[in-house]
Amino acid sequence: MPKSQTENVINVAFIGNPNCGKTSLFNAYTGAKLKVANWPGVTVEKKEGHTQYHNHDYKLVDLPGIYALTSYTMEETLSREYILGEEVDVIVDVADASSLERNLYLTLQLIELGKPVVLALNMMDIVEERGMEIDLHRLPEMLGIPVIPVSARKKTGLNILMHAVAHHKDKPIDKTEHHHSEGQHIHKHHDEFVLVYSDEIEDKIDAVKIKLKESYPDMKNKRWHAIKMLAEDEEICGKYPLDLSDIIDRSYESDIIAQKYDFIEEVMEECMVNRTEKSEKTDRIDAVLTHRIWGVPVFLGIMAFVFFLTFMVGDWLKGFLETGLDWVYEETAHFLIWCKASDWVVSLVVDGALAGVGGILSFLPNIFILFLALAVLEDSGYMSRVAYVMNHIMGKLGLSGRAFIPMLLGFGCSVPAVMASRTLENPKDRLRTILVTPFMSCSAKLPVYVLLSGMFFGKYAMFAAFSMYVIGMMTAVAASLVLSRIMKAERVNNLLIELPEYKAPNARSIWIYVWEKIKDYITKAGTTIFIASVAVWLLMNFGPHGMAADMTDSFGAHLGKLLVPVMKPTGLGYWQIVLALLSGIAAKEVVVSSLSVLYGITNVSWAVGMSSLAAMLGAQGFTGINAYAMMLFCLLYVPCIATIAMIRQETGSKKWPVVSVCIQLGTAWIVTTLFYQIARLF
Amino acid sequence: MTLLEGELKQTYRLEHMELEEDISRRLQMLGMTENASILVLNRKRDGSMIIKVRGTRFAIGRQYALGIYVGGMGNA
Repeated sequence: MPKSQTENVINVAFIGNPNCGKTSLFNAYTGAKLKVANWPGVTVEKKEGHTQYHNHDYKLVDLPGIYALTSYTMEETLSREYILGEEVDVIVDVADASSLERNLYLTLQLIELGKPVVLALNMMDIVEERGMEIDLHRLPEMLGIPVIPVSARKKTGLNILMHAVAHHKDKPIDKTEHHHSEGQHIHKHHDEFVLVYSDEIEDKIDAVKIKLKESYPDMKNKRWHAIKMLAEDEEICGKYPLDLSDIIDRSYESDIIAQKYDFIEEVMEECMVNRTEKSEKTDRIDAVLTHRIWGVPVFLGIMAFVFFLTFMVGDWLKGFLETGLDWVYEETAHFLIWCKASDWVVSLVVDGALAGVGGILSFLPNIFILFLALAVLEDSGYMSRVAYVMNHIMGKLGLSGRAFIPMLLGFGCSVPAVMASRTLENPKDRLRTILVTPFMSCSAKLPVYVLLSGMFFGKYAMFAAFSMYVIGMMTAVAASLVLSRIMKAERVNNLLIELPEYKAPNARSIWIYVWEKIKDYITKAGTTIFIASVAVWLLMNFGPHGMAADMTDSFGAHLGKLLVPVMKPTGLGYWQIVLALLSGIAAKEVVVSSLSVLYGITNVSWAVGMSSLAAMLGAQGFTGINAYAMMLFCLLYVPCIATIAMIRQETGSKKWPVVSVCIQLGTAWIVTTLFYQIARLF
Repeated sequence: MTLLEGELKQTYRLEHMELEEDISRRLQMLGMTENASILVLNRKRDGSMIIKVRGTRFAIGRQYALGIYVGGMGNA
């Protein structure tokens, strides 16, 4: 929007350390349903929303969390650039009150920027639970900015925070006098600034400011720029070149950081009452979950439990949904016949669209349970621990344990998982993580496993399906090892991640997370899968000579038969299977909906439909070995179109999505062929 | 001594860091400045450990633990 249209709109940026509750606060104001969870790095892109308070319109911007105005990763760069830009009217610095000491470092940096800042003390309820108190009169006095206690979770303090934002929109930072430095500086900086450095640094800041005034007279907040130049900030020094060799003989960044923390200690000493840390609960849980021997088995056990719930409880719930869907099929067919619709219209609607979409919708309970379990894990605080637990294994692959987080998110969906790799500092690590993440078995592949294992493996169906998750993880690890050799990555062990306190998962956060995923799934069923089902029906019912009386003469059959020789060694040399796999490039669930349409089975996902399909496949010579080969191929072959697009976006290159597709196709073909050729010997 | 040699449930005082410049800066910004106290909460055989600095827990890898020099302070 042009500036003229936005004059009455107050632009508010929500910034703060990772995992301090910015997105929860943003959701509370805007009614948005952005994902929140209890691990650092959930938000990796900027999100905008609007709210109103007392006839003021507020544009709120939720930014990825940062520890300091220094950028090491992509999402930190994004936040820094936005905060330094001209668009922001007021900065709301969201701080986790229960970790105030660390949060205040960014606060001091923001104060130095000179823009209006309001400090929102989130999670005050946790502070109270721990028996600590924050002196809310002394804290704003010492910082020179308004300090508003809020609870995004309980929605308290929200109006007061916006009130403070409106009032401080055009106000500079209040001057304070509270730093206890005993410096003899000739200027009265203690009357001017919140944080006054040692005389040596203040002298240099003043000297740089004089030079900046000469060379860049229009520059705003010369003090902040001077401090950044003393810290040899690459971006600022590059943007405003100056010869400062007579003033700056080294980087003063260490001194500046240390003196900021000296001031923070003073603030904590004066403002934090009962500074005890009742965190024994987290330590006790960590003693088990991050144990040096049991950590990995416990993690594998937790994941096994997640998939047990997904398959067993999900399948039980599926029965109820199937009854409803069956009724819809029958009533739709009756209605169309009553309307005297022609046979091909009835077939298109019932055998094409409804069979495809319904076949996918019936897996909704499994998807619901999977995302519910993942949401509980993410909101409990366990996610960052997984990075620590897996660090030694990832280190052998030349990756930090942190790279395991995107891979774990890949169990849900590869698209956000690829995006989550932004939190990795090393570009090579990022690239490798992006390339191997799609090997992790995403939720879209789940219907394929449930269908094929249900048809061919009887009481061992759950183990067959679970094995896909283990194989996916092992393939990702192996691929990472190969890529580290190719890219000549060093063996490193440079993990650095904050571990939040464990907390009981928040019902609202979990509901938002699960509901958004369910909505996506239903939307996909109504769009991608609907279109793909109709397209497959058309391919199967039309051929070079018009409407095909015999399916083997359809366009679909001709297309499938073209690739049969290539797929024969994998055990998947059936044109119907090839066609189903081809359609699965759009979205993996389409493999199931396509099988449904290809074999003309409307209720493919429940017992009657499964046994019909199994019988039809069996008649073609398709056995349990072929079924397992197909599950393997679906696990490993090309990522879906949305993931390919995300890889393109995140790597900024057309080359890497192509490389990703080639790696996965090649891996899928080799692994499946090896399995099939060995398995048929027994 | 380096933090890598630190024992479980012991608190140490950070003396200095011998790490790449940008890594040192990053750790300092997280509160690991000179004289800051570091409590070792958990450690694995590969050298990675969970530490508590200024009220916040961090998991750090062996490479970082090896570059952080500390002096003794006592029990947690």
